[in-house]
Amino acid sequence: MSLILALVLTFVLAAMAPRLHGLLREASGWVLALWPLAWTIYLGGLTGRITQGDPLYIRYPWMPQLGVSLSFYVDGLGLLFGLLISGIGALVLIYSGGYLKKHRHLGRFYLFILSFMGSMLGLVLTGNLIALFVFWELTSLSSYFLIGFEHEREEARQAALQALLVTGIGGLALLAGLLLLGEAGGTLELTVLLERGEALRASPYYLPALILILVGAFTKSAQVPFHFWLPNAMEAPTPVSAYLHSATMVKAGVYLLARLSPALGGTAAWQIGVTGGGLATMVLGAIMALGPSDLKRILAYSTVSTLGALTFLLGLGTPLAVKAAMTLLLAHALYKGALFLVAGAVDHETGTRDVWKLGGLGPSMPITATAAGMAALSMAGLPPSLGFISKELLYEAQLHALHLPALLAGAGVLASALLVAVAGVVGLRPFFGHPVHRTGHLHDPPPSLWLGPLLLGGAGIALAIAPDMAASPLTTAAVSAVLGKPTVVELRLWHGLNPSLALSALTVLAGAGLYAAQPFLLDIAARARLKEWAARWGPQRGYERMLQGLNALATTQTRLLQSGFLRFYLMIIILTTIALVGSTIAIREPLSRWMGRIVDARPYELMIVVLMGLATLMAVLTSSRLAAVAALGIVGYGVALLYMLFGAPDLAMTQFAVETLTVILLVLVVYRLPRFTRLSGRPARLRDAALALAAGGMMTALMLMVLSAPLKSRLAPFFAANSLTLAKGRNVVNVILVDFRALDTLGEITVLAVAAIGVYALLKLRME
Amino acid sequence: MDMVLAIVVGGLYAAGLYMMMRRSIVKLIIGLGLLSHASNLLIFTLGRLMRGRPPLIAPGAEALAEPYADPLPQALILTAIVIGFGVQAFAVVLIKRVYQIVGTDDLDQMKSTDEL
Repeated sequence: MSLILALVLTFVLAAMAPRLHGLLREASGWVLALWPLAWTIYLGGLTGRITQGDPLYIRYPWMPQLGVSLSFYVDGLGLLFGLLISGIGALVLIYSGGYLKKHRHLGRFYLFILSFMGSMLGLVLTGNLIALFVFWELTSLSSYFLIGFEHEREEARQAALQALLVTGIGGLALLAGLLLLGEAGGTLELTVLLERGEALRASPYYLPALILILVGAFTKSAQVPFHFWLPNAMEAPTPVSAYLHSATMVKAGVYLLARLSPALGGTAAWQIGVTGGGLATMVLGAIMALGPSDLKRILAYSTVSTLGALTFLLGLGTPLAVKAAMTLLLAHALYKGALFLVAGAVDHETGTRDVWKLGGLGPSMPITATAAGMAALSMAGLPPSLGFISKELLYEAQLHALHLPALLAGAGVLASALLVAVAGVVGLRPFFGHPVHRTGHLHDPPPSLWLGPLLLGGAGIALAIAPDMAASPLTTAAVSAVLGKPTVVELRLWHGLNPSLALSALTVLAGAGLYAAQPFLLDIAARARLKEWAARWGPQRGYERMLQGLNALATTQTRLLQSGFLRFYLMIIILTTIALVGSTIAIREPLSRWMGRIVDARPYELMIVVLMGLATLMAVLTSSRLAAVAALGIVGYGVALLYMLFGAPDLAMTQFAVETLTVILLVLVVYRLPRFTRLSGRPARLRDAALALAAGGMMTALMLMVLSAPLKSRLAPFFAANSLTLAKGRNVVNVILVDFRALDTLGEITVLAVAAIGVYALLKLRME
Repeated sequence: MDMVLAIVVGGLYAAGLYMMMRRSIVKLIIGLGLLSHASNLLIFTLGRLMRGRPPLIAPGAEALAEPYADPLPQALILTAIVIGFGVQAFAVVLIKRVYQIVGTDDLDQMKSTDEL
């Protein structure tokens, strides 16, 4: 109960945040951070029972008819994510209060980021596929608002839209995949599904479900070739980049893969798709991270690389790999969050994020530099940091992989070495060397801006030095949850002399070399016109082409359907109706059923019918306006006669009166209108005639179909019995109109009155 | 007879729709009239035909005696006839007005709303 209440309260707090900010002003970030802090403490309190293999499971019926329930399932995996989301969330809120202090929409920012936090917590804590999807989409939506927070800027709006479209398309695929999964597993409850892995993998729905879910996970977690939205999302304010686009939201795809791996993992398709996609992303992301000069874009590409490594490890799925994945997840969230916040602080103080324009900030910004140094240590995978442990585990997992261990380890070393160089670029270069940037007096930012990076960076070191305090139990719980069986993880900085350590040493050397050679490498890339090549052939271009295509399709379709000519609109309506109704009749209804009944027409009835037919023909064919009006009148009188013959004298009388009035009206007005002119050519007339005849034929068929079934009215006997007794009238039709359905008649009178006013106004209207 | 009327209704629909697809605005009005006849007759026929037994309670009787024509479709059609007349009258006057202002009866010339 407390869990769902806490979640609801998070959204309530989000809604109230702008008002609270108005009251608290400067202190708002610190005060709002108390709520995620409370979440951290609450979730931390659950650690004990969860590590002992007793996950929390709460279930409320939501839409029981559809098997959808609002259930929450907190196991080791959810706990690890929940702690990261709430813990980093608290620090990010404090940071935002300082970073956006002068922004006039800071209150709105709190609203967005708190709703994101609620959605993200819901996503990792829910135990139902539908609820998971809803929270998943909510994170995409709040990400859209946060990236586009500075909506005055064109780039921010475009980046926000791009992120929304890419993750939104992935979300649709995910929904389809989850529904297929639910269909294959017979339930939408995660806990049950996870136990039905065998059946799921044998189901014919397995492969389509897996592909769709992978599209969802890959778009969200920025895997190649959907990675391009993440660097563009750096248009968001820095706290958002730190929180959503490195520590939490982009890991939602990884979370999903980890969550579903007991149910879906282990097959060849999973191995190829997840491992292959992850491996490509890991290497390509690391390579691309060397290119940009903007601190945040560098960090974004390195995040892409790490997300690839996480995906890759989950694809391998061995206990070693999962262990490495969970450790890397924790380490990355800590150091990347810190580095983003540092980048923001540097930007805040110096006014630039260009690595080539920064240098020697260390002496004037010692606290920021310390935080950056600790985080960079972890990113480079140097001891004594959590990043070191996770990298050792990564190598171990790669060396013990079933297939192609040498290739995997090689790719791992390449990516890690590149990340060492990147860590140098973002963590060392701005703070050491010659002071490049010399405008005014530089100093450390206020505490709100250095607290977050310092704590996150410090945690990456502290957790590694004393792993049994928190890191080991948390990863134990998470690894057990992902593997689906209790597994003990003991993280150690020192593993002894082994191949992993040798690879680590090699990595550091190679990384240092790459760091030194970066200007040279960039020069080569510039000569090879890599950027131009990527702009022409990259997925970003594909995205643009797709958008253009969509717009072109919309334009063409609108031109086609919305031509502005009444007759074309009519044609489209008629054609659609014929296509839908006509085809159904043609397929479903045997013609013989309607025929073969005796036509019991009397001669005088047939005479009326023939007269009506002739009049109709005349109305259509004549070129005289008066003749057409007269023909219409004949048809009307014919209809009235039919009413008369078939027991409807009231109708007949009304029809006679109305028909007479209509003819008079038409004659009066038509007299003032031009003669009939043949405006359309012969082909057009023939085409319209064919279409009209088809529509008429369809109506006839439809009627014959209805008439072939007996009609048992339940209303007629009621009116027959009660007309006199209840409403004191002998003419049943009249009684229905003025008594049983009197409100209808009132409405009808109103319509007539309005029409009359309209007619009067049109006649009296004088145009100036 | 209902089968004959089904064909009549189909013919009326065809004629009405054909007229509505003409470019002349007067033909549009005629087509509209044909279409409303067709629709009324459709409801009437589908309510099943009953010769010469109007739903009138005989003097002295307490309730309607079987067989009788279904009164409900009749009530609906009665409403439809009157409404149809209202629409027709309004449309006719509107067209006259439009012709006065635009100076044409060609619907293709009436594509733009703002250029009077």
